[in-house]
Amino acid sequence: MTPLMNHYAHPTHFMRISSIVLPWLAVASVVALAVALYVSLFVAPGDYRQGQAARIMFLHVPAAWLALGGYVAIAIASATGWIWKRPLADVAARAIAPTGACFTLIVLLTGSLWGKPMWGSWWVWDARLTSVAILLLLYLGYIALWNAIEEPTLAARAAGALALIGVVNVPIIHFSVSWWNTLHQPASVLRLDGPTIHPTLLLPLLLMFAALSLLMVAITLARMRLEILRRRTRMLRLRSAQT
Amino acid sequence: MKAFKALLSRELGRVQLGAGGLSVLFFLTVVVLLPLGIGPRDDLLQQIAPGILWIAVLLASLLGLESMFREDFENGSLEAMATSAFPLEAIVLAKCLAHWLACLLPLAVLSVPCGLLLYLSVSESIGIAIAMLLGTPAFSLLGSIGAALTLDARRGNLLALLLVLPLSMPPLIFGVLASGGKGSASGLLLGIGLSLGALAIAPFLSSAILWTRLRA
Repeated sequence: MTPLMNHYAHPTHFMRISSIVLPWLAVASVVALAVALYVSLFVAPGDYRQGQAARIMFLHVPAAWLALGGYVAIAIASATGWIWKRPLADVAARAIAPTGACFTLIVLLTGSLWGKPMWGSWWVWDARLTSVAILLLLYLGYIALWNAIEEPTLAARAAGALALIGVVNVPIIHFSVSWWNTLHQPASVLRLDGPTIHPTLLLPLLLMFAALSLLMVAITLARMRLEILRRRTRMLRLRSAQT
Repeated sequence: MKAFKALLSRELGRVQLGAGGLSVLFFLTVVVLLPLGIGPRDDLLQQIAPGILWIAVLLASLLGLESMFREDFENGSLEAMATSAFPLEAIVLAKCLAHWLACLLPLAVLSVPCGLLLYLSVSESIGIAIAMLLGTPAFSLLGSIGAALTLDARRGNLLALLLVLPLSMPPLIFGVLASGGKGSASGLLLGIGLSLGALAIAPFLSSAILWTRLRA
């Protein structure tokens, strides 16, 4: 930990800086979301086979990236909180979880809306779908564990351990459910030989990813502020109860 | 080694015996209820028997988790054991072994007659039992993480279920895969791999989590 990071990891500094940054971030994410929605709904061409329904992908795919990325971010924040004893990192880990769970739910819902006309069924027991459903379970367990333990530092250690074992397990879970025959199309953006997707479709995808990322950061910052205020009131209550 | 044996027999006799009886009862109930719910069609029962037996074992393994640490934590004996010269990791390992011996080993043995009841052949039933013997240690070990995490949580028992189930998905899938049909050899190897992996990680992680509670 560098001294600079130490400085910004202090809750008082965090509260001051985040109060300045947050309004700008909120406005930026709303503007970015509007632009991304406009481009993906009106500028991007519809697919010649799937028609307008293919536009669901512009929300579905970035949400899936953020759902997974959110879980990894929780694990990194938890490890930071555990190793360097930074309560702010634990606060961040807790703040990311509800947004990540929401994105996971969005992935499942948009996927099944797309699946009904394309595959002919709302749900298919395919490897990726099942992995994402299990990811939602991991998120819910993580949130429930935070809520179940009263003392924040103990809850942070327990939830952090769960996030770390969970992030080790996500690839194993994905590998294990891949044993079923998969209906899902293979990955087409994150490939070693470059994207196979056409640039006119890639642009709205990346715009939406940027917009949703901004939104996620903004919500996370707001939740972190809320959690810090909640802890302060808890401390004040404890102190007034003692005297 | 002597301390480990003493601890193991203490766990088996005092803590896990009741849970073991409960899990056997639960397992047999599922096997008896299944044909009643599905109907006595031999082709159908034969087809779903390995999956049902494995799911019953997974759910039964969750029954014994609460007795793993909670009582010892509440009456202070866990703290006494942890502060002794004996490492907490070994204590966790002994508790996992006791849980497996009491709650899961009997079910692996029972799956042979139960498989026969569900119209499986003798060799198929023994195949399932072998897959369970090698694959279910992962359930006990992963379960110890869930039990340690929910030690003093509100409604901890239910929460442990929610935490352990997603982690137990890979051992379940490979276990069913190992229980016959195409790919059973690789399923068995992967199941063993998961058990060994859990053996390498779970005692250390569980005791790290337990330490955070004991120090508080």
